[in-house]
This record gives sequence, C-alpha cells and structure tokens, in this order.
Amino acid sequence: MKPRGYHLLPSSRIKEVWVAMSANVGEGHPYIPNSVARARDAMLREIGVKDVEELLAIIPERLRFSRRLSLPGPLTAEPDLRRHVEGILKKNRNCREYLSFLGAGCWQHYVPAVVDEIVHRAEFVTAYAGNTYSDLGKWQAFFEFQSMMGELLEMDVVSLPTFDWGCAAGFAIRMASRITGRDEVLISWTVSPERLAVIKNFCHSEHVPAHISIKRVGYDVKTGLLDLEDLKTKISTRTAAIYFENPSYLGLVESQGEEISRTIHDNGSECIVGVDPISLGVLAPPAEYGADIVCGDIQSLGLHMNYGGGVGGFIASRDEERYVSEYPTHLVSIANTEDGTGFGFGFCTHERTLYTVREKGKDFTGTTVGLWTIAAAVYLALMGPAGMSEIGEVIVQKSHYAARLLSEIPGVRVLFTPYFFKEFVVNFDDTGKTVREVNRRLIDHKIFGGKDITSEFPELGSSSIYAVTEIHTRDDLDRLARSLEAVLGE
Amino acid sequence: MESIHEKEQEQGREAEIGQQPTTIRRKLGLIVNPIAGMGGSVGLKGTDGIDTLRKAIQLGATPTAPRRAVEALRELSPLRDSIELVTYPHDMGEEECKECGFNPVVIGYVERGKTSAADTKRAAEEMLLREVDLLLFTGGDGTARNIHEAVGQRLPVIGVPAGVKIHSSVFAINPRTAGQLAIAYLRGEVRLREAEVMDVDEEAFRQDRVSARLHGYLKIPYDAQLVQSVKVGSALDEDESMQAIAWEIVESMRDECLYIIGPGTTAKAVMKALHLEYTLLGVDVVQKKRLIVKDANEARLLELIEDGEAKIIVSVIGGQGYVFGRGNQQISSRVIRKVGKDNIVIVATESKMAALKGMPLLVDTGDREVDEMLKGYCRVVTGYRRSAVYRIA
Amino acid sequence: MSESKMRRYHAHVWEEPIIMQMGSEGERGIAIPITEKEIRETVGSAQSYIPAGMSRRRAAALPQISQPHVLRHYLRLSQQTLGMALNIDIGMGTCTMKYSPQVNEELVRLPQFTDLHPFQDEDTVQGILQIMYEFSRMMCEISGMDEFTFQPGGGAHGIYTNACMIRKYHALNGELNQRDEIISTIFSHPADAACPATAGFKVVSLYPDPETGLPGLEALKAAVSKRTAGLMITNPEDTGIFNPMIDEFVDIVHEAGGLCAYDQANSNALFGIARAKDAGFDMCHFNIHKAFSSPHGCMGPACGAVGTRKELADYLPVPIVTFDGARYHLDYNRKNSIGKVRCFFGNVETILRAYAWVIGMGPDGLREVSETSIINTNYMIKKILSVRGVTMAYPKQTTRLDQVRFSLETLREDTGVTTNDVARRMIDFGVQEYFTSHHPWIVPEPFLPEPCDTYSKEDIDYWVEVIRHVCEEAYRNPETVKTAPHNHAIAKINIRDLDDPDKYAMTWRAYMRKSKSRGGKQR
Repeated sequence: MKPRGYHLLPSSRIKEVWVAMSANVGEGHPYIPNSVARARDAMLREIGVKDVEELLAIIPERLRFSRRLSLPGPLTAEPDLRRHVEGILKKNRNCREYLSFLGAGCWQHYVPAVVDEIVHRAEFVTAYAGNTYSDLGKWQAFFEFQSMMGELLEMDVVSLPTFDWGCAAGFAIRMASRITGRDEVLISWTVSPERLAVIKNFCHSEHVPAHISIKRVGYDVKTGLLDLEDLKTKISTRTAAIYFENPSYLGLVESQGEEISRTIHDNGSECIVGVDPISLGVLAPPAEYGADIVCGDIQSLGLHMNYGGGVGGFIASRDEERYVSEYPTHLVSIANTEDGTGFGFGFCTHERTLYTVREKGKDFTGTTVGLWTIAAAVYLALMGPAGMSEIGEVIVQKSHYAARLLSEIPGVRVLFTPYFFKEFVVNFDDTGKTVREVNRRLIDHKIFGGKDITSEFPELGSSSIYAVTEIHTRDDLDRLARSLEAVLGE
Repeated sequence: MESIHEKEQEQGREAEIGQQPTTIRRKLGLIVNPIAGMGGSVGLKGTDGIDTLRKAIQLGATPTAPRRAVEALRELSPLRDSIELVTYPHDMGEEECKECGFNPVVIGYVERGKTSAADTKRAAEEMLLREVDLLLFTGGDGTARNIHEAVGQRLPVIGVPAGVKIHSSVFAINPRTAGQLAIAYLRGEVRLREAEVMDVDEEAFRQDRVSARLHGYLKIPYDAQLVQSVKVGSALDEDESMQAIAWEIVESMRDECLYIIGPGTTAKAVMKALHLEYTLLGVDVVQKKRLIVKDANEARLLELIEDGEAKIIVSVIGGQGYVFGRGNQQISSRVIRKVGKDNIVIVATESKMAALKGMPLLVDTGDREVDEMLKGYCRVVTGYRRSAVYRIA
Repeated sequence: MSESKMRRYHAHVWEEPIIMQMGSEGERGIAIPITEKEIRETVGSAQSYIPAGMSRRRAAALPQISQPHVLRHYLRLSQQTLGMALNIDIGMGTCTMKYSPQVNEELVRLPQFTDLHPFQDEDTVQGILQIMYEFSRMMCEISGMDEFTFQPGGGAHGIYTNACMIRKYHALNGELNQRDEIISTIFSHPADAACPATAGFKVVSLYPDPETGLPGLEALKAAVSKRTAGLMITNPEDTGIFNPMIDEFVDIVHEAGGLCAYDQANSNALFGIARAKDAGFDMCHFNIHKAFSSPHGCMGPACGAVGTRKELADYLPVPIVTFDGARYHLDYNRKNSIGKVRCFFGNVETILRAYAWVIGMGPDGLREVSETSIINTNYMIKKILSVRGVTMAYPKQTTRLDQVRFSLETLREDTGVTTNDVARRMIDFGVQEYFTSHHPWIVPEPFLPEPCDTYSKEDIDYWVEVIRHVCEEAYRNPETVKTAPHNHAIAKINIRDLDDPDKYAMTWRAYMRKSKSRGGKQR
C-alpha cells in the first residue's frame, strides 16, 4: 500500500512551497470523494482484489514508474494555495495598473460585466461535448454567435472558431487550395508575422506532396498598401488564393480591396481577407469588396487578453456547397424538430470530407474555444448595431488623436497616415533611440509602449505599432505623449 | 414589461419553424418466399428446385419464412396507419400482413402452396411498377438472386433472413432488425448502399464443395450511424470511401505495370475513377490507365501476365471476408502464384473492415500451398492515403 | 433497483427565441465611452479617416436589446446546458470529466492574469513566466520528458504539433521524401490519424486482435518499413486496455528509423504509475483540460501540452520559457523549431489552473487520482455487467484503467434499441449522455464511460442504475427509448436538415432566406 495522507516533499524548486503548510485533511481529499478508506475498501471488495496493486499487475514491472513523483505540494488547504499562486502572479505588472499600447493581434478592449458573468457560469464553464438536447443552451449560443457574426460580416456561413486567427487563416488557405485544386497562395507582406508562422505549418514542408507554396506580395512603403503591380506579376494559374488583412498588421485600411479581388477572381482564384471584427462597425465588411472567405479573431469581441490566451479564429463564407463542404471547423446548423413543434441545433454534416480527402488529406478539428464563442455572442448581443458603429468611431478618433500627439514629438514620425483604424506605426529613426530603449524607459513611466517591429519589418527602420482602443481616455493619451517626450529627451 | 412579454410571445410564434412536413416514404412492398429455409431444418443445404422441396416436405419440413416475416412486420406496427403495404396473395405476404393487423393492398395471382421462383420475380417486378418505396423480402440467397434479377438496383430492398444459405450481405441480422431498418429508411434516417448478392451452387454445396458466386448488387438501406459525432468531423459514406480508395490506387499506378481488377464494387471503383468500361462481376485488366481486356478468364489472365509486372486489385467479398476463392475464381492460384504475394493489393472500406469484427481475412484458392503463402499480415487500402495492416488466415 | 429510486428530472424549458428575434429598435445593451470633446475638436469625424468606398454603408443587422434582457437570455441558455458541475458526468469516456476546482477559476479571473498582454516586456511578466516554466518542470517529471510547450490549443492540436515535428525531423535528415507513413491504431484517438494526414503523411492503421483488443506486434512488424516516419499511438487506448508491449512497439519503430509520439490523452490513470519516457517515446502530449482539471468550457479553451526528449527539444514551437537561475525568459532561438502552431503562447489560463491543481494535489495526491480512477473503473465494470443487454468488449481483458468500452449489441438485437437511443434516453434522468465511441465502430453499438476520480461510489451506483433502467425499459417498451428524449426542452430534431443544402442554416440570415424561398411564413 502506498503511504496515506498528504505530505510535502522538499524537492521542489518553488521556494514558497518549501515553507511547509501542512493541511489538516485526514484521509479524505476534498476533490476525491472515494479517497475515503471505507468507500475505497468496499469497492476493492466488490472488484475482488486486495489492493490497487493487484489491478496494476496489468502493467508490466519494467514499464512501472518505481519511485515517487518528485513534485512540490500538496497545498491542499485553499487559502494556502491561493496565497501561493497570487504571490507569484503579483510579480506581474498588468495592463490595468500600467497604461498599455500593445496590440498586434491581442488588444485591450473593454469586457462588459455581463460577458464575464455569463462565461463564468459553471454550466458553461464545465460543459463539454453534450449533444443537441442536454446542452441545448450551448448550441443555441453557438448558433447565435454564428448568426450575429454573419450580420457583421454580411456572410451567410460562419463557423465555430478554431484556436486562433493564424489557424483560421491556415485552414482558409487550405480550403481555397482544395476548392481551386491549385497549390500556391499569395500572401500580403503586411500580414502578422506570428500568423504567418502558423500559416507556414499549415502549408506543409516542400517535401510533402500536398505542399502549398507561399509567395509574398509586396507593399508600397510609402502608403502601406498592397502593391498591385507586384500582385499582377506574382499571380499565375497555380494561384489558389490571395490572403491579406484589413486593417493590416500595420494598422492601415487597405482601400484597394475591390481591385485586388477583381484581379484574383479574373484568375479563377479565391480572395481571403483577415479582419479584426471590432472594425466592422465603421469599415465595410470584406464581402462587400469581393472577399470569398473571411477569417479573423474574436479576441476583440469581449475576451480578456489572458497573456495571449483569449483568442479564437473564425472562418466565414457565402452559403455555397463548394465552400460549406470544405470547412474543417465545426458548423452549427439550426434544424426543425421531427414533430414540428420547435427547433434545435446540430452540426452541419454535408459532404464535409470527400474532397478534403482527395486533395489535401483530412483536416482535423477538436476542442477549440467554445467558451470564448459564447463570450463573443454575448458581446455582440450587448453591442448591437449602434454599439458596434460607435465603438468603431471612438477608436478611430482616439487613435488618430494619439497619432497626432505623437507625431508632434520631435524625431517621432507616424507612418502610413491618414487611413488607419486603431493601430499605427510609430518610427523612431530620427530620435537616435531604438524602440527597445524607448519601451524600456516607458516602463518606468508605467507605460507599455507599442509592439517593436524593427526586426519584423526592417525596411521600416526603428518602428513600433501602437494600439489605441475605446478604453484609452484623453488623459491617457496625453500622458503617453508627455512620457514619450520625456523619454526621448533624456 | 407587458409589451415586451407580448412581443416575445409573438416572436415565439414566428419561431415555429417546423411547418414543412418531413418527406416520409409511405409505400412498402412485401414478398415472402414461403418455402425458404425448409431445406435447412431437415439437413438439406437449400431449397432450390421443386425436387428438393418435395424431398424436404417428405422429411417433415415445415415453413419457417412466414413466421419470420411476421416477426419483421411486428416491428413496423407503429407505422400501421401511416404506411401502405403492397403484397402478394396468401402466404406470399397477405396472410402475414393480416396477422399483424395490417390491411395490405394485395396484387397478383398465385395458387397457395404452389409458388415458385418465377412468382417471386414477377412479384418484385410488379412492386417496382407500383412504385413502392422499399421492398421487404423474406427468403435466402436464392430469393435474393430472384429479386436481383427482377429489379436490379432500381428499388431499395431489405432481406429478412429465412433461407438456408445466407451468403449475401443484403440481409438484416434478424427479422426484427430488418423491420427496424425498414422504419428507419421510411423515416428517411438512413442512407443506401450496394450490397452483394451471393449464391452457391446448391448441388456442389450438398457435396461439401463451396463455389460461391457474386451475382450482383442490390441497394439496401444502411445504418451508417447518422449521428453527430461532436468530437470528429463526419464520416464518409460507402460510395465516397470507395472513391477515395480508387484515387489512392490510381495515383499509385505505373505505366509498365498490368493491373488485374477483381470483381466487386470496391475494386471496380478504380475502373469508375479511370472512366473505363468494366464488368462488375468479372475480372478486367488495365494498363496505362486503359482497358486491355474486359471480363478475362483464367487462361487469358495467365497469357497476359506471362512476362512483365502485374498487380492484382481485389475486393473483400461478402461478410465473411474472403479475398480469394469467392466470386473471383478467375484469379486462380496459378495467377496468384505468378503475380506474387507482394503484388496483391486488397481494397476494403473502413466499415467493411469494421464489419469483420476482428475476424481475419480468408483465402480459399483451392491450392493449399498458395493459401499458405497468402497467410500472414497484409496491407489493405482503406482510403485515400489510408491503409490498414490486417491478418489473412 | 426499483424505478422509484430514479430521480425525477426535467430540463429547463424556457423556449428562448433566437437572439436575432429579440429586442426592439433603439434598445441597447451597453454604452460606449464617448470621445472627449477635445479629441473630437482636434481630429474631427471618424469618417474622414476611412478611405472612399471603405465605409460600412448600412449598420450591421444585429439585434437591439437592453442589458437585463441579454443577461436573462444567456442565463436561461446556461440553465439549458448540462455542465459537468451539475451532474454525474461519467459517460464521456476519453474526456475525463473531472472536477475543476472553483478556486482555480478565481485565480484565472484575477487582473494580474487577465490583463497581461503577450508582448509585454519579460521583466513585467515574471510571475506568469514562472508559472509556465515551473509547470513545464512538473510535466517533465510526470512524463519523464525533457522539455514542454503549451502552445497547442487542444488535444488534436497537440497531436498535429507532434506530426509537424516528425515531419521537420525527417525533412532535416533528408528522408522526408521516403518516410511518408505514420502508423497508428484503430483504437487510438482518430486525431492520431487525422492530424498526421493534415501534416501530409499517409496513415497506416493497425487493427486489434479480436481476443485481446490490442494491436499485435506481428501486425506492427508487417507495417514498418523504410517508409515509416513514425508511430502515433494512444495508451491506454480508447478501450481502457493498457498495451503491455508498448515499449516493444517503440523499439520496432525506432529500429525502422521512425519517431514515436505517445498520445497521453488517457493519462488519468497513469500519474506516478507509468511514464512516456520509460516506454521509450520521443514525444508525447497531454490534454490539460482533461486529466489536469482545467474545465472543458463548452469545447475549449484547452491545451495539448507537448513534451519531447532533449534530442528533439530543438524542434518544439517557439518560444519556450526558460530559466537562468534568476529570471525567466522567452526563448525564440531554437534552430530546428517548427515555428508556431498558434499565435502567442497558447491558452495560458489552462496552464495557470493546472499549475494550481498539481501543486494542490502534490505527488501523493496525483497518485491517489490515478488509483481512484482505476478502482472506480473496475468497480463500475462489476456493477454494469449485471445489466441485461450490456456486454464488455474484449471480456478477457478483465482489468481496465481509466475507462472501458461496452457494447449494446445484444440489446439492439433483442430490442432494436441502439446505443444512440440509449444515450438520448439517459439524459432524461439528469445525467449527461455518454460518448458512444469514435468511428469506425469495431465494437458494435458501443459506449465508453470514464468514472474518473471525481465520482463517488454512490455516483457510480446511480449512473449504473440509469443504464439499467433504460436497458430494462428497452426490453419493456422500446418506443419510449427510441423516441427519447422526453424530459427535455425540445423533441428529437430532424437530423436530415443538417446535411440538406436547402435546409441547413448556419446563420439566422441564411435560415430566413431559405425559409422564404420554401414559401415559409416567416417575416
């Protein structure tokens, strides 16, 4: 028999835990009802074995782990555990105590209290794969997410989100490759490097038969817009699709959507646009300028940043069978009840895998971001049409105000004006300081400066992306300008 | 508050979206071969032919098929008022229907106790003309053959097993499941697939020689477990799976190699993928993606593989998992020996593999040495870029 | 047990409309902070910053609903969702529906975590980096591996990550052209086939021996060749049967030149008992949202934690959290890295919870989790086999670890009631439905319960009684089971609608369009 009770093991590198806090739990563990000897013994008797070792005989001795795990703990008493973890988390400086202008794929937007209340419900937090009836509410919330996203995007098919925007873009490109039977994708130079790294894994190594090769389409370094001439030289009969983002990673609004999609469609290729949905209260939905498949992240729709954990990537398209049959992600459909008294929901199963099998091997799906889907649904329901257009306007005004303040600082230049949404590129070349230096000094002012893109976009020099959202006040923006001026003046 | 409440109610009405009636199929045909199975109870291996029947009756055989038909029909009683049953007179269906409280439309004319294979065929033809949605028949392999000759794949059928010989895969496991499958089909809950009609030569069978032939395919409802799998995407149906297998084979084809394509829908999916003419029940030969010989016999095959590389693409035939020796005797032990074990490509869908329930694949080439050579583990192509390793015993 | 011992249950019935039907013109759920006057005066209208033709022309047709009604609607929907916390959720085999400690939920809701941006300077996130690093050390001890990443967003994503590493490994060795096959087993999770397929591999599946339920060594030997890129296998498989030859499997594949990835999604019975490293594996993945207690969250956010041996640590996605003795760092400098499989660092909230869970349990607590899981499973087997119509697949394997695959083939042959019918009827008694099993159904009419450490003897007894009740009902009155559910908010749906292009609708707008074209009477 193994030793009973709970002991601390002084093997941990986690010093706090070495300071023993012995919890008084006797034999029963609060999370394990059957840790009580009486229950355990009764069950062993019923099974007809003396102890658990007898059951473990099915694992050969040579595969058995012979010692005790060398792990810290246990911190069985809740106050001890909480004190320990909170103690570690306190070492963080967060964006609520500091003023943050970080974005680049994860943004600090306001999360309404109702959103938090709903996604904290134990019913939702602890549900999993229950079907149509027992998890009816979950299914309906999923369908409502798709429905409201459909309105925002003006597209009839929206899928449940996958892990993140990068994966959504990767899947969308694979869809386009299967639809067109072609094996090359054009990707704008101004997409997020993080997402591009994810996309590359979805496009395979060139040694693999189903490889999709990536060709980059350049941009005009003055305007930040896609280089249409370069597009025309790169496009070919192998081109399955173009993928560009709007607003782009660099923040600006791509105004040539219609020309790009016309060129792409004339070539029999698909137009895939990545979009930050919070912009769609003021910006035209990509479908309007010819996008066939739209993807993006729901992070801006009511998700906390969670150190990059609060993301989820959606995919949307028109309601045509050639698209519907290519989704690798789950699609929730409404369905009538057999007795005609009402409706329920289930996964649309239409021919989902046949051509998938043919061209590129079956894509996978699995556990993704269900809870975040519900958060985004609640967010959109709260915002409504007015909320979405107002938030878009507010963000545009605030970000442009911030850009104006910063560009007034000697040596600081804001690139790609005036058409950006919430993010803009700030260049420090003329200040004699690197972005890294600037940002480290801003921390002393309790400010997180913009994302450093000096190595990502060397052609833009010493630059960073600043993100401004509805949570920033005029005072915040003024403080940024003052601090930056101070830092640069040092 | 009140107005919002009213509004919700109004919207609640709008939300009634179950208006359109579901398209329930309503017309069910029933054919009972009343003498099916009588040979079995008295040790005769089948009841084909009038002499055998006479012999069976002399030996004291009593009809079992009508009872089994009743068992299947009982399952359908929940639909008693909503479906129309079309059947043949007397013990070919009428009596069984009435026993279960159905009020069938009785067509045709037969003399009680003197029914034959010709009656089965005629009945099936008439059912087709009357546009029944589904034909339920009670019998064995011989009955299935008759039905197949009459209607081919123009009408979905379900076999209620009552015969001595049940080698065909058109039969449900038992009469009750046949009834349940019929309900599921009439309710539109299941899809159709092709199922083999196999029959052995009874005379040979009585002398303990098995010589099963593939006679063709009937369309049967197939419980593809049309359920939602929450954690994985939807599965392929049978046709799609066969197509995927064919793609895999076609993609691996090399010009210098001769391909012997065995009988059966799975192997012939390759011919379909190549847009070539083919014989479903015969052996066709392909090279450079062109048809070389259609419906080749053993001698022709031996001639073709005299020199040069060849591969045999062969389906798993029937529910018992035969690879050779059932329905593809043209690919004889001599052909197999010449082609070589490494050049045999077995094809089967995943559901066909699952249906084996872990039992090994079988070979019966008539040549023990070749059978021995084939035994052991082999690759089975189960889909596009998918295969399995499986045992032949 | 007599019928009277079954609890009376009925699901909430709210008849909630679709949100698109709710609210009225002018209502709103939340107010947006306004732009200050000075800003407005400085920059003017937002429209002047939107290029011609890029403005949204008509407002999105989102519903207009006041806050209390949004809250009420979604609270009602939550009530119509049978989360694990509410029920004896034993049925979902492979899912490990265990208790997610409430205190951990409070920890992940702290602003010291929720308001962290992934691109903050390392100095300002030492706390969360410590959690990630220390948890990776814990995972190394639990698995025997040398390095971990938490970037994959779910179990399948973790398997995909392993497949990408195998691909990169052979590509760098110049053998990828030749090594294009991944071997798996039919009872491994289907993702062990689907993910390598997505990564461009061919997949070879081994079938189980009909007696033991295990894939055979001889079959594996027949499967390996110069084309073998690797083995991706679950153990115990989705039958609860532990493969005692697992190390020999690894040896055979290694000898053939392939890598071996251990799918440890079913690890709940293995804490402190058996480790991936000791069976010789090169890499493995664990589902943090299963055995490690992070809640399932209506299918995520989740984490497929991937660990490798030292020799392959260079292939892991970047960044990896490292520790120099004083400070924690994000290490992007891995020369063979496959790059990224997801933006940022993964669903870090699941790591924070799992860290708290492991440290709360300690080494003996983890062992207790596994022992309890094994005892619970084998106790359930004893109880359930007395139910008419139920058999256990591969009965010669009497001892199972974390879960067990049963069959209702007898019940179906006797009554016509299928396992899907029984699953739908179970929920009428207030327990979540069970998971039948992945396809193909080698075991006919399967169901796959997993009575993990969270459930008491009484819980298991009750769950078995529900199965018994439904099976007995199937013999008495099969129609009741077939037409289930009866105690839920809606009747059985017409699943044909779901694959009919004229009827399926993923959005309300598509639904309205299709109803209209069918002449429906909707607005």
